[in-house]
Amino acid sequence: MNIVVCISSVPDTTSKINFTENGSNFDSSGVQFVINPYDEFGLTKAMMLKEVSGGGKVTIITVGDATVEPVMRKALAIGADEAIRINMTATDSYSTATEISNYLKSNPADLIITGKESIDYNGGAVGGMIAEMMKLPFINACIGLEVNGSKTKLIREIEGGKENILANLPFVIGGQKGLVQESELRIPNMRGIMQARSKPLNIIEPTANESMTESLNFKKPAEKGSCKLVDSNDVAKLVSLLQNEAKVI
Amino acid sequence: MGVLVYTESWNGSFRKSTFEAVSYANETAKLLGTEVTAISLGKVNDSELSKLGNYGASKVVSIEAVKKGDSQGCTNAIADLANDASAIIFSNTYTAKMIAPRLSAKLKIGAINNVVEIASNISPFTVKRKAFSTKAIETTKVNSKKVILSISPNSFRLIETGGSCIIESVESTEKGDVTIEGQETLSGKISISEAEIVVSAGRGLKGPENWGMIEELAEILGGATACSKPVSDIGWRPHSEHVGQTGKAVTANLYIAIGISGAIQHLAGVNSSKIMVAINTDPEAPFFKAADYGIIGDAFEVVPKMIEEIKKIT
Ligand SMILES: Cc1cc2nc3c(=O)[nH]c(=O)nc-3n(C[C@H](O)[C@H](O)[C@H](O)COP(=O)(O)OP(=O)(O)OC[C@H]3O[C@@H](n4cnc5c(N)ncnc54)[C@H](O)[C@@H]3O)c2cc1C
Repeated sequence: MNIVVCISSVPDTTSKINFTENGSNFDSSGVQFVINPYDEFGLTKAMMLKEVSGGGKVTIITVGDATVEPVMRKALAIGADEAIRINMTATDSYSTATEISNYLKSNPADLIITGKESIDYNGGAVGGMIAEMMKLPFINACIGLEVNGSKTKLIREIEGGKENILANLPFVIGGQKGLVQESELRIPNMRGIMQARSKPLNIIEPTANESMTESLNFKKPAEKGSCKLVDSNDVAKLVSLLQNEAKVI
Repeated sequence: MGVLVYTESWNGSFRKSTFEAVSYANETAKLLGTEVTAISLGKVNDSELSKLGNYGASKVVSIEAVKKGDSQGCTNAIADLANDASAIIFSNTYTAKMIAPRLSAKLKIGAINNVVEIASNISPFTVKRKAFSTKAIETTKVNSKKVILSISPNSFRLIETGGSCIIESVESTEKGDVTIEGQETLSGKISISEAEIVVSAGRGLKGPENWGMIEELAEILGGATACSKPVSDIGWRPHSEHVGQTGKAVTANLYIAIGISGAIQHLAGVNSSKIMVAINTDPEAPFFKAADYGIIGDAFEVVPKMIEEIKKIT
């Protein structure tokens, strides 16, 4: 099976988020970048599918400039076979999806995996857009995938439960925890890191670079006032504050 | 011209987030000087459909045959009706998160999700949205004439208009390449993303056997239960309850954090709740810096007392 995993390079979850002076751009100085956590579940699933089937290839693909390469090397160290970088600063979901689907149209895959969203811009749209551009089914918030020949059983999370779906490959999924468990995620070992250095990381040029949305500015949410502490022997007071002051119960 | 709104139903009923989306659509329609058409997919009876009129829909198009899990079928059914629409509104449901991006690609209309306010400009459409897991508010515009907007739950108020709507049933043969086998839902469970009150607990609770009081507190408040990431990772609670940057986002009116330290990744996903309460034995717990109210104390003493006190007033 030929699996393509879309990987986004995002600020580490512990990062303090800052913006350039007039709020026009994310300020990446001093920020560590990591594989988008939702993509990591998808990458791990891809590795497991490849191992079970005893063949095939896992390709990772990232739209970005050269600064995303360390994160791509990490994905290679975890076990992906090769990497494609589309050489363009990702500006919105539409342009990212357009580039990835244009690549996939000439390099078909059996399974395309994205994360359900990226933890930076939280657009949550690249997977669905790729699916539409390729006229393929799309199952988002995917928490179960069992491949049996070309027939597959999928589970997606829904409000208060889950839904069972059958589909034939190829299709696109948006992954999250549950696709594989947290404990199944892989930490690159020394051998993996060494091998990753010599795995192919091919750079291709964008084809369209057309975006449908544009960021105008960013602001941080207003700081909260200080916390009102209530004595632990006076729980009634807390309940009264919630009822009469905050008016939330 | 016109505003379309996708009105999601669960087992034939709408929820608050659906009515929020219709209210939002109606305010958008006023900016454009036009009217709202709602699209309902799946089986919903007329008395339920007619409720949409009270939030501003003048017409409801009901398409019974299309299934929610079939993102291609849903997208095509909506696209068939979207020719004259200047704006298409969604709530941020699981299904909407599959359809809205597809529709954006199909119709070449810019899509913006996590929207928290009505558009500040309609030409081009410009809105505020949450980004960086609620660590930032972003102002975004679309590069298309039309717009697709998905509204963050509990961020736009319900506006009852007292209006009514006409209902039209439409046949659709749109179907994608998937088969929906069925759903497994826990009945009576309130969804975390939409809940107005969320009672959440962390590793401070020591073990899964101690969740009875958390469930009871949630129940008497009419809220949902949630947990921190390690709690779901060690299997004390289901993954579907994991909230935070890498779990579900919470936008509740009241978020009660019990025995949760308040790590940056946890706060990122829950911070946009209006009021947060922390209950923690450790006065240095970072959650107290983010909370509006707090009690430094033992959850096993404080929570039962809270239950007792709340029972007195409800
Ligand atoms: C990539 C990444 C992503 C992450 N994403 C998330 C996420 O989405 N959501 C998330 O929650 N975490 C996330 N985390 C984990 C996060 O960093 C914290 O480890 C986690 O939130 C801590 O959970 P906790 O507060 O339940 O446990 P702890 O940090 O162990 O805190 C337990 C708290 O309980 C208090 N306590 C103990 N006994 C009592 C008692 N009897 N009564 C009252 N209080 C008591 C303690 O004082 C302490 O503050 C992520 C981490 C990483 C690295």
